[in-house]
Amino acid sequence: MTPYQFKPKSRWREFLGEKFIAVNAFAALIAILLIFVFIFKEATPIFTSSEVQKEASLNKMTFKQQFQPNKPAKWSWQPNSDLPKYSLWPLFLGTVKAAIIAMLFAAPLAIGAAIYSAEFASKRMREIIKPVIELLAGIPSVVLGFFALIVLATFLQDVFGLTYRLNILNAGIALGLAIIPIIFTVAEDAMNSVPTSLRDAARALGANPWQVSFTMVLPAALPGIAAGIVLGFGRAIGETMIVLMASGNAAIVSASFIDSARTLSATIAAELAEVVFGSAHYNVLFFIGTVLFLFTFLVNLGGELVLQRLKIRFQGKLS
Amino acid sequence: MTDRMAIAASTGPVLEFKSKGSGLIPRGLTLTAVIIIIAMLAVILLNVLHGGLGTISWEFLSKPPEHGMEAGGIFPAIFGTVFLVILMVITGVPVGVLTAVYLHEYTSPTSRTTRLIRTAINNLAGVPSIVFGLFGLGFFIGFIGHGIDTALLGAEKPVWGQPAIIWAALTLALLTLPVVIVSTEEALRAIPREIKDASYALGATKLQTIIRIIIPQALPGIFTGAILAISRGAGEVAPIMFTGAAYYLPYLPKALNDQFMELGYHVYVMSTQSPDIEKTKPILYGTVLVLLVLTFLLNFMAILIRSRIRSRRISV
Repeated sequence: MTPYQFKPKSRWREFLGEKFIAVNAFAALIAILLIFVFIFKEATPIFTSSEVQKEASLNKMTFKQQFQPNKPAKWSWQPNSDLPKYSLWPLFLGTVKAAIIAMLFAAPLAIGAAIYSAEFASKRMREIIKPVIELLAGIPSVVLGFFALIVLATFLQDVFGLTYRLNILNAGIALGLAIIPIIFTVAEDAMNSVPTSLRDAARALGANPWQVSFTMVLPAALPGIAAGIVLGFGRAIGETMIVLMASGNAAIVSASFIDSARTLSATIAAELAEVVFGSAHYNVLFFIGTVLFLFTFLVNLGGELVLQRLKIRFQGKLS
Repeated sequence: MTDRMAIAASTGPVLEFKSKGSGLIPRGLTLTAVIIIIAMLAVILLNVLHGGLGTISWEFLSKPPEHGMEAGGIFPAIFGTVFLVILMVITGVPVGVLTAVYLHEYTSPTSRTTRLIRTAINNLAGVPSIVFGLFGLGFFIGFIGHGIDTALLGAEKPVWGQPAIIWAALTLALLTLPVVIVSTEEALRAIPREIKDASYALGATKLQTIIRIIIPQALPGIFTGAILAISRGAGEVAPIMFTGAAYYLPYLPKALNDQFMELGYHVYVMSTQSPDIEKTKPILYGTVLVLLVLTFLLNFMAILIRSRIRSRRISV
């Protein structure tokens, strides 16, 4: 091997090098800011332009509107009709309903599996579970959407005798498959990071392995598990392709979980391609994007904070 | 220590163990959860294998779609996907690597800057992919592309201010930035201190140490990050729907401002826009299989390289 031969030191090169690296390091921060600015920018006419507000104002997007005389006021999303209707309520309801089904389906499975993996599994068993979860996380969401559309929808319809083939139940289950890995990973991490001294203390008090898990490890790791659920919920709200393909995309206001539904994210995906640049419809779609961005931003920030505090609590420092 | 005692105290009253249950029920329940997850994964994979294996042939992989996607192959989609992820890696990976180097070599982990950047990275990873699509349309196409057209070229027809493969690649590069950063950081952490010290002892400056010692040492981790980014990027559809992907193109993309076909988008188009889904099904399943094999192979490679890095850290 030839010995390293360093060129003479140059202060300028050193300085410029560091600055160049630093500039790149701020890319993620700048990106987050730019994303917000550029999406919100296209949504601002809703607040500033009276032209746009005639069709879509905050008031019209939130509250019931009376579109024809003699007919009761209602929430309605029909952006392409002669009288465009931009109520976000049906979309919001669809989004939340799909996310709830996804959570009900995914959270017990993911947390159960995480408990098993962190507390009970033998080393060999863990070597099976981890890759399975990684494989599940590696499935592109469009493939999960495809599976829900072609296979799962037919199966659910046959089993439950549903009226609509594509519905919230179908989309929610497929969505659940997508968020299982997130909840599992965060929850398992939280349980594994519980200090051994706590386990030892419980054991010394005479607890057997499962008592150690359920009376000591689980309560201590609870904030982490909760963070996993919250992060999973954030992902379920923002996920697009699965709900776009599996939910049927009908914007209805109903309390039923077997109706078809249209979510916020799917609305953007389905309508942005055909929309007239700069129209009220276009502005509303970017407004939906802003809402999605802000919501997931807050959810992630909250989840991150909880996890950070848990880390400090367990390790006494930030690493 | 007080914190730990506080935790112990907070769970105090529960710690009176009365009966010594065998724990069979919680163990059985949690194991059931594991089995259900494994079974669902197996059902999906077997279904795709069963439906797609019959379609896979050299013709399928090398020919363009025919008869409204009811026959022919998916070569343009494979080509477009590869072209797309190559552009994504070229534009995204260097930025991610330098970010990781900055966080790990230039700042202390508790400094305000580091924490701010780290929060931004975590949040970027959580932004919904459809929002990235909106951003790509508003920023890359509407602002940068349109800006180039009007300010530099004075073109009447849009040249850069339209959906194009470069804008889709840049959007995906942003989306996969956190993946690259996290994986590079892990590699940086695995580099033994002694190697850096030796470099400084020989009179190297910080920058020289980074370029000649640290980055070469971290290459496997950088490679892992790039592979994971590709695997993620190849499967994302929502960010490229408005930024460059096309339903069908009779030609392959040659320039950076061409549109392109992509595997994931092709799956979406075939499963939702097909006039006769039964006729499209074999090809649809074949495309899904190709996409899955591609992403799984990439993931598998990344896992292998990563486990080798980890074992090296333990041996040092």
